[in-house]
Amino acid sequence: MINQNNLNVMSFNASKELEAEVDELISHYPVKRAASLMVLHAIQEKFGWISQDAILWAARKLELPPINLFEILTFYPMLRQQPMGRYQIKVCRTLSCALGGAYGLHRHLCDRLGLDAHAHGPQTTKDGRFTVEFVECLASCGTAPVMMCNDHFHEGVTLEKADAITSACK
Amino acid sequence: MAQEYKLILKHVDAPGYGRDLDSYLHHGGYQTLGKALHMPARDLPDGKKMTAQEQIREEVKISGLRGRGGAGFSCGLKWSFVDRKSGKPIYLICNADESEPGTFKDRQIMYKDPHQLIEGMAIACFANDVHLAYIYIRGEMVDGARILNEALREARARNFIGRNILGSGYDLEIHVHRGAGAYICGEETGLIESLEGKRPYPRIKPPYFPAVLGLWMCPTIVNNVETLCNVKHIVAMGGNEFAKLGTPNNTGTRIVSLSGHVRKPGYYEIEVGKATMRELIFDPQFGGGLRDGRNLKAVIPGGSSAKVFKAGEKFKLKKKDAEGREILVETDMLDLPYDFDSLAAAGSMSGSSAIIVMDDSTDIVEALANVSEFYAHESCGQCTPCREGSLWMSKTLHRLTHGEGRAGDADYLLKIADNIPGGRTICAFGEACSWPVQSFVAKFKDEFVAKGKADEERRAGQGNELAKAPTEAAAHH
Repeated sequence: MINQNNLNVMSFNASKELEAEVDELISHYPVKRAASLMVLHAIQEKFGWISQDAILWAARKLELPPINLFEILTFYPMLRQQPMGRYQIKVCRTLSCALGGAYGLHRHLCDRLGLDAHAHGPQTTKDGRFTVEFVECLASCGTAPVMMCNDHFHEGVTLEKADAITSACK
Repeated sequence: MAQEYKLILKHVDAPGYGRDLDSYLHHGGYQTLGKALHMPARDLPDGKKMTAQEQIREEVKISGLRGRGGAGFSCGLKWSFVDRKSGKPIYLICNADESEPGTFKDRQIMYKDPHQLIEGMAIACFANDVHLAYIYIRGEMVDGARILNEALREARARNFIGRNILGSGYDLEIHVHRGAGAYICGEETGLIESLEGKRPYPRIKPPYFPAVLGLWMCPTIVNNVETLCNVKHIVAMGGNEFAKLGTPNNTGTRIVSLSGHVRKPGYYEIEVGKATMRELIFDPQFGGGLRDGRNLKAVIPGGSSAKVFKAGEKFKLKKKDAEGREILVETDMLDLPYDFDSLAAAGSMSGSSAIIVMDDSTDIVEALANVSEFYAHESCGQCTPCREGSLWMSKTLHRLTHGEGRAGDADYLLKIADNIPGGRTICAFGEACSWPVQSFVAKFKDEFVAKGKADEERRAGQGNELAKAPTEAAAHH
């Protein structure tokens, strides 16, 4: 948990670019707090996850008590509270993709990468290269099954296609 | 015979059409915005003047446009609820949090024709005296947010948004705001909370109607991507012309997302009500039918929240006969015209216009388990009936699909589902998570019971004491 006594101890180093990006984001809203989610996105884009020190830094930028950021960090599935693999694979599991073979695709990826297809939540390979997880509907049901690899979106993912995608991740 | 009618998707997927501003301008883009901004005031018979803004709002009312996000509420009416006398700023939010399972229409617009959305938004903002607007796009659409930001940058550079737009004196700024993977943000008051930087817990209505107490407690309009694009076309062609498209009370076009067990899944724009479910699923220009040797089992007609239709299901629909008398006509599920009112009359909804087709290879219990897991995951947790109910339904379906079912699970599921909706929850998610369970279990009850029974018998055969009916000895234990 966040220790209130440590509020002034900042070990989070925001680059000048991140600081400028966050200032720009804050300027989009008449109320600073509204920028919270976008600021957390910006931090996660740079660091891959959102540490408690990052929360404290963002809280100071947004003039908010840290709990206001912590409560959204713990709500939204896309926000990460710990580091993930360098390549994050999100396989859509909802109905149309399930009808199109998403469960087989997920199992195949887990088997190939040495992960447990039945475990709950995101799983990361020991070498830190991949994180694989099931996510809910990705809104491309007509091209099922679909998945994301980091920011890249892949449609009609056959097992061969999945192998080609993971092979290209170095 | 039903045909595609491309109004919103006129240029999307056309050879050579790009999503950049020049391409949009080359195809007549932003001319409607110019027309709207410079529309002269109209003299009324009583000597008063009708401003350009009032005229546009009137045209939207005349058009009969209904919201394309899911509820199908009249757009003109929604706009008319806006409190214009509060002295507070009025905000507009484009709901681009497309996440109703089965739906992928807004994605096509944003990724392939972002300027159409921006033009529609700008006109809607002008008509409602909005000077600051947001596009709330779902977090997973990373490229979508980039595309929209690039399009906004282009539009700003050419003064289609920004200060004194096209010399009209009207100012408007639009920003992109990204969600982060929560379905509940599609609910308009949850979306507003999310935009404010909070957990997206929907607000209770009354008093928090967005038109009066929305974003930062100011009057706020929340409209779907496709709805806002329609506004552009209404202003371009006039409300009366728009209302000629489609069918009475179901005007204009809709982009139908078709997925599941069809040969040609995809997005098809039709005049509302001018194609039947049968045509959309079986006609070669739409879904092209099922795979070889397969028969239809079930259809979810409007996104996963909509009540399922069973193949062969029949409904009595009101129609007018040749002399204009109202008669009841027995209509097969497949012969329902795909519109708002017919599907509602048949006990379901066209929702976000997403059709999910299931053929006879589908295990219907598995299908419902999949849908219920979605709702259990996405319930925001604010209201107990929804938070607990969605989870218990999902857990019950999990055991039914993992060899641990009971014959009584079907009734048990219905009992839970019947106790969630109907004013017990703050938002309509309570309904959304119950409707699939209520309809799947009621219409395919034998399959649910058979599965539970088979599990019970198998466990009894294995000598599992816990699975057996209680004996007298056990009762005294």
